[in-house]
This record gives sequence, structure tokens and C-alpha cells, in this order.
Amino acid sequence: MVRSSDLIDPSVAAGEDLVVLRPEGLYCPAGNFYIDPWRPVDRAIVTHAHADHARRGHGHYLAHTASRDVLRTRLGEISLQELAYGESIDHFGVRVSLHPAGHVLGSAQVRLEHRGRVWVAAGDYFVSGTRHDPGDSNATCTPFEPVPCHCFITESTFGLPVYRWAPQRDVFAAINHWWSENAAAGRCSLLLGYSFGKAQRLLAGVDAGIGPIVVHAAVDALNRAYRAAGVALPPTKLADQVNDKSTFRGALVVAPPAVQQSGWSRRLGETSEAFASGCMQLRGARRRRNVDRGFVLSDHADWSGLQRAIAGTGAGRVIVTHGYEDVMVRWLREQGLEAGSFVTEYGDDHEQVVEAQAPGAAGAGQVGP
Amino acid sequence: MKHFARLFGELDSSTATHAKIDAMTRYFAQVPPADAAWAAYFLAGGKPRQIVATAALRASACEAAGLPEWLFEESYRAAGDLAETIAHVLAPPSRCSDWPLSFWIEQRLLPLRDEPVGERAARIVSYWSELDATGRLLLTKLIGGGFRVGVSKLMVQRSLAQVAALDAKVIAQRMMGYTDARHRPSAGDYLRLVSAQEANVRESGQPYPFFLAHALDVPAAEFAAALGPIGDWQVEWKYDGIRAQVVKRAGRVWIWSRGEELINEPFPDLLAAAAALPDGTVLDGEIVVWDGQGPAAFQLLQTRIARKHLTPRMLSEAPARFIAYDVLEWAGVDRRGMPQFERRDCLEAALGTAPGLSLSPTVSSPDWPGLAQLRQSSRERGVEGFMLKHRLARYGTGRTKSDGTWWKWKVDPLRVDAVLVYAQAGHGRRAGLYTDYTLAVWNRAPANAGQAQAVLDAMARHEPARPDALQLVAFAKAYTGLTDEEIRQVDRVVRLTSLDKFGPVRSVLPSLVFEIGFEAIQRSARHKSGIAVRFPRILRIRDDKPLHEADTLHTLNALLASTTRQC
Repeated sequence: MVRSSDLIDPSVAAGEDLVVLRPEGLYCPAGNFYIDPWRPVDRAIVTHAHADHARRGHGHYLAHTASRDVLRTRLGEISLQELAYGESIDHFGVRVSLHPAGHVLGSAQVRLEHRGRVWVAAGDYFVSGTRHDPGDSNATCTPFEPVPCHCFITESTFGLPVYRWAPQRDVFAAINHWWSENAAAGRCSLLLGYSFGKAQRLLAGVDAGIGPIVVHAAVDALNRAYRAAGVALPPTKLADQVNDKSTFRGALVVAPPAVQQSGWSRRLGETSEAFASGCMQLRGARRRRNVDRGFVLSDHADWSGLQRAIAGTGAGRVIVTHGYEDVMVRWLREQGLEAGSFVTEYGDDHEQVVEAQAPGAAGAGQVGP
Repeated sequence: MKHFARLFGELDSSTATHAKIDAMTRYFAQVPPADAAWAAYFLAGGKPRQIVATAALRASACEAAGLPEWLFEESYRAAGDLAETIAHVLAPPSRCSDWPLSFWIEQRLLPLRDEPVGERAARIVSYWSELDATGRLLLTKLIGGGFRVGVSKLMVQRSLAQVAALDAKVIAQRMMGYTDARHRPSAGDYLRLVSAQEANVRESGQPYPFFLAHALDVPAAEFAAALGPIGDWQVEWKYDGIRAQVVKRAGRVWIWSRGEELINEPFPDLLAAAAALPDGTVLDGEIVVWDGQGPAAFQLLQTRIARKHLTPRMLSEAPARFIAYDVLEWAGVDRRGMPQFERRDCLEAALGTAPGLSLSPTVSSPDWPGLAQLRQSSRERGVEGFMLKHRLARYGTGRTKSDGTWWKWKVDPLRVDAVLVYAQAGHGRRAGLYTDYTLAVWNRAPANAGQAQAVLDAMARHEPARPDALQLVAFAKAYTGLTDEEIRQVDRVVRLTSLDKFGPVRSVLPSLVFEIGFEAIQRSARHKSGIAVRFPRILRIRDDKPLHEADTLHTLNALLASTTRQC
């Protein structure tokens, strides 16, 4: 890792902004391209393949190599240029490179360098806790790396001090315990999580020795992409191919949230339902979800993680997007940073789930933020 | 505390009644009686006097977490619960302790009251640092007096009944007064609760569990089919007061509210009147303030309860009256198993001994339509409608129908169409959603849609209205009546149409009309509209109603005039 002082000369921080807000999305005027635009544009850099960041209808896409399969499955035959982490290209004098964000497979921070100025748009990212703990990063993708820059564009999905994630080993211990108890009682454990990212993280983290693992078709479609990228996931069965219903007793079933209280989940028999999300940190959200258990497992940074990520860039200026923008901006200003916000169309509020049909996946093909 | 925290987690995460009861039963069987005593107390709704003011808890938490006050407030707004906010904003525990619940309460929490302020704050912060998030949440709720988890007193009683292998009604009777604020439950108290021996409850001031009525949801035209002949029913007016039991035993009087709180203190006049009853008498009835003609507005009763010291003037200006409508014990004998009509005879005999108490009059009508006609006069009589009690009904426990039925046949609510002007995020299950609505009516009717639009345009420009100009006047807040899906819709509209934020409240550019229902309407100097309504709730969203057709202050004043008793 490079220290910020090695790369960044604070004296060049001023000048024309490298990224501005346009009705179509975040726009780089110097390079004439967009980052995660929400309206169709000619050139789009896509930080990751979640539906609210990777939309249809752009002329050309640039994304991380590992995003390719998911993007093609979701968007069809697009004109796609791929980059590996750290690899850079030059576009109208803007040097563009992608760096790991730790959010989902292929998720990237976009680093832009132009005339000595460096900006990073982080997209969605996962960093947790006040201190770096290598055992606590997202095991299903390349962990977040701080990239020194003058200006850092950060998300704020969980930008409040009440959002503090417990170490993942504790969360998985609780999930394993819940599953074991259900298995012992002959119940099915239905674990709800977004098909892309959360589901794979759950699969990679649970103790596969407890019982069989069954997945929904929407999850299976994405598992294939993960396995193809070399991410180790335990063996899984496709729910639609399970003929003997007694298989579900004692099994862990991983499915997208939309199956809750649907005909699909009724055939699992006696079931304990749980939902895995950062939102589950708060009792109100847990009770609204109406599940038996809520596990606090997020693919987004917690409050400490956000602060650590921002500090790690050495940036003097921070632009806050989707989440608790007002709170973060005020807090960062009180910490002596220059801070502002962009109003984006990502995330659609903290409680909302951006739903999109994954082509080829039957039923609730949901891809969450 | 860990056991109690685990139980809390189980109760909090489950929605099934039997699972909750089983979880409590497991807990009670597992912990020492001193802990079970406190757990039963808190679970059944007991609240000791607040140990530390919430403002002090807030300040200590901000300081311990190193957060500015505004950021703590933002967090609180998202979590919708102070204890939960505190539990999460503090750094993870440095060490974990596991003292028993009774130790926490008796050795640590209750003594906090007597500590100097500085020492108290230091102790609380140190207690937080030895608990995980659930433990902190519980501790903070116990200190702040806000402990609540989704179990009813009835469920706690059923669980204790399982532990003791007794009928839940026996537990219910033993539990009367158990959750009184001044009561400190001990191991001995708990053992008496679940003891296999029958205690002699008639010696003490214990009341009986209240029998609760069900709302009657049948159209009046179908009464004959649903309820049978009117002659099978004892009909009484339904009073809007405080449901209470008057217990007279061993020369003493106890007055218990339906919340099972002893309320002797606010009612010295009733204590004196009830002293004339013979020992071994328990009456059920309603406490109201009497204004010479009939029951006064509930407001007056409220102010009387709220007073710490009752002045002679208060007693003469707001005289209380106990309107008795049932007898549960007479001549020292439990009469609850007798049919309603026989209890009525008993009741009349009992009241003959105490002239200071009133008898709830029965209402007679040859048929149901006649009764429906009479019900129209409810508001001007200051009552809420009728109670229908089956002549053969025994006096049951709680909201059961197995012993017979009491129906409440309330008068239809008053209605107006009002405009949403402010919204505030809810708490608990509704945290983070805008669910608390302030509603307004026009100060006079707009001539047309254009006039209403001009008012909206001015609001959008943040121009304050001139006092005499056409404008919307807030008159009520409503929290209930919408489905979860409707709440989400309204929440979205509130976010999209926000004009200003004042702390947790947002003003909106009006676009929604709600039909509001309420039980009563009174003049009030406290409200800008000059009007206060009782039990306002949303009946439906009026998507069909344009803003300029919402109701006006004139509508409210007309309702006020039509419902005020003619003297």
C-alpha cells in the first residue's frame, strides 16, 4: 500500500472538479464519461453490477473483469471494456484505473487522475470497524484498498454511529447456531439475503457441515459467476430440483427476500425465517421485516468503516452520496474536511430494495444494493 | 442479566404467542426466585419510578461515545428508541460481566437514585462498558423506566401458571398489585405467586382481574340475527372515564385502575363514599367527573389525576363519581360465577349500603331499532354509546368470551376531511418511517381549486400567511388507522414533498387528504385552532377528494355545537 504523501501533492488539489453531478449521473467533464449513470449515456464506467449502479442503455461500458459475467447476464450483449484492478487506461488525458471496493464480486473504486489531480469515486464499498482486521473483510471478493486522492466520493448507506458491525465470525457463529438449532428440531432454516453478493457471502461464511444447503434459482445464477471467478462456495442444491421435501428439514435455504411468505417458501415446510442485512441492526427494521431472526451482515461500510476509509485516502475534500448525506457532510466538516454531497439515484433510501429481474432466474430474481 | 437478555431477545424476535410463553416458562424455571421476581414484574408491565432522567442518560451517552449532541439526535431519530441508540453508539464492551438480574436492580440500579449526579453518571457509563448491545439496551430501559417487550400481562400469567401448574386465573388474582410502582418484588413474593397453596386473598386489598368488553362490529339492522332478542341483554350507557374496582375489606378501601394501579390518592372523595360498604365487597365500575347534569369531558378527569396535590377547590370543581355496574364479591363471597342478572340484584343491594356511590342505570327498549334510536343521544348525554351484557354472562377474566360476553356498542365517530401538513418519524416498529401526522383544516372554505393552489404556492415559497388570509390550521395529530402499505405510500409522499425540517418533524407541501375520525370534540385554549379532539385516527385516505374540498374550521365548530350538552 502506498502512503498518501507519496502520491498526492496537496498543492494541486484546487482547480476544475474532476467529477460533477449531471441529470444523467456523476460526470467527468475532462474525460467526457459518466460513472454509474442512471440515465442512458454514451460512455459509462460501472463500479459494480448491482441494478442501481449498472443500468441498461449506455453506449459503452467499462467495468472490472470480474463483473463481466454478471453484467452480461443482466444487461445482455453490451459493448464492454474490461480492466483488472490497478490496470489503467488513458481517456482524453484522464488516467482511469479500478481498485478493489470489497462490496461484491468485481466491485471497484474508480480512480481518475488528470493534470496532477486525483479523484476517487468509491461506488459501494465494505470496510468495517475502527481497526484493520484482515479476517474481517469480505471473503467473496478482493478486499477494499484505500486509494490516496485529493477528493473522495463516498457512499453513506450506513452513515450513522448506530451502525457498527460486529466481527463477521460472531455473526456467522450466530447464524450457525440458529441453523443447528433448527436442524435439531427438524425445521428448515430459510435465510433471506440479496441474490448478488449477500447470498454468496452467506454461503462462503456458514459451516457447511451442519446440513445440506439449498439455494433459490436467482441465487444459483450468481453462484455460477462467483464459482467461475474462482470464489470457493460450498456445494449447493437448486431448490427447484429438490423432489424429496424432507430434504428441507435441517437444510439451510438461501433465497432472495422477495420469497418471504410466498408460495415458493411455503413448500419448505416448517421454517424459521431470518434476514441478513445491515438494516437488521435496528429493532424497528427487524420487526417490520417480520422474520424470526435478523442477522446484521452488510456489504456496506459501517460508521467506523466509513470514517476509516475516508481517513485512509488522505483526501482533503469528500463528496457524500446515497444514504445519510447531511449527517456525514456535517460531521466531516466538523472534522476539518471540505465536504459536500451529490444527490444520486442509487440505493433509493435505506429501507428500500432496488428490485430488478435477473434474466433467466425464475421468480424473485432480486439484486439488491 | 445474560439470561434475561437472552429471554428479551427471544421475546423480541418471536411473533408467536406460544413461543413467547414457552420462552418465559423456560426462563422462570431456570433462574433463582429473586431474579424471577423482577423479571415477572418487568414483563407484566411493572415500572419502578424512573431512576435517572432520560436527559441525563442522553448526556452521559453522548460524552461516553464522543459524539456531538446533534449526531446523537440524528442517530436517535433513525433508531427511534433512546436505549437502543445508546446501546449502539457506544464502543464495544471492554469486559463482560454476568451479574444476576436482582443484583443489577437492587444493588446497582435502585441505589443510583441516592447518588450525587456526577457519581451517578460515572457509574452508568461504567455499567454500559461491561455489557453487550442487548445488555445495554435492557439496562438503559430499566434505568430510564421504558422497558417494554411484546408480551401482555396475560401471557406472563399463563407462563407462571405453567411454572406453578395452576390455573392462570389464580395467578392473575395473586398478581394484582404486583406491578404497582411502589412495590419491590422479592424472592418471597415470587414464591407466593407460584406457590401450590391457596392463599387467603380476601384478607388483602387484592382486586379481581377485569373482564373486558369486545367492540361490536355488526350493523344495527343485523342485531336481532347476531345477538338474539333484546330481552336477553342488559343494556347500560358506556361511560368515558376510568375503569376501576372498589375493594372494601377488613375496614379498608382500595381503588384499583384497570392498569392495576392503586389509585386511592387522587380520589379521597370516593374513598370516603366507599367506606360505607360492608367488608367483603368488590364493585366494578367507572370513575367520571360529574358536572351536575352528567359526566363531564374526560379532560377534567385527566387534570385531576395529573395533580400532585388536590386542593379543596379542585375537589369541588371536579367532583368524582363512581358509577358501579357490577359486583364481584359480596358478603365475602366471590360472585363472578353468577349470571349477570343475579349479580345485578346483588349490586343493587350493595349500593343500598353506600349512598355516595352511583348505580349505572339500565336502559330499556322494546326492540333493537328503538335502542339504535336512543344511541343517537349518546353525545349529548356525555357517554360513548352502549354496553350490552348478556343476562347469563358470568364475569370472565380479561378479553375472553368463554364465560359470556360484554359488547361495547360505541357511537359512530365524528368525521372530517383534513389535510396532512406535518409528519414526524415514528418509534419502535415504525422507526425511520413518517407515521405521526399533523392534520389541518381550512380557516374558511376556498372558493375554488385556484385559491387553494395560491396558498400552496405561497407555502412553497416559504411565505408566512397573513393572519386573516386563507390558510390551513392544524387541529389534530393522528398515528393510527393506516395499513403498513399505506404508511409506506404516505412516507414516500412526505419525503418527496418536504418543505422544511424542524428536528424530527417535516412540514410538507399539502397534497394528501385524510378522513379523520374522533370520539369527542372540545374547546381548547392550548391549540391554535381552539379545538381539541379525543382519540383522533385516520379512517381512510381520500384520494378522491381535492385539497380545496377539505373541511374547514366552520365544520369543526358546527360539530362542537351539535355535540355539546344542552343545559
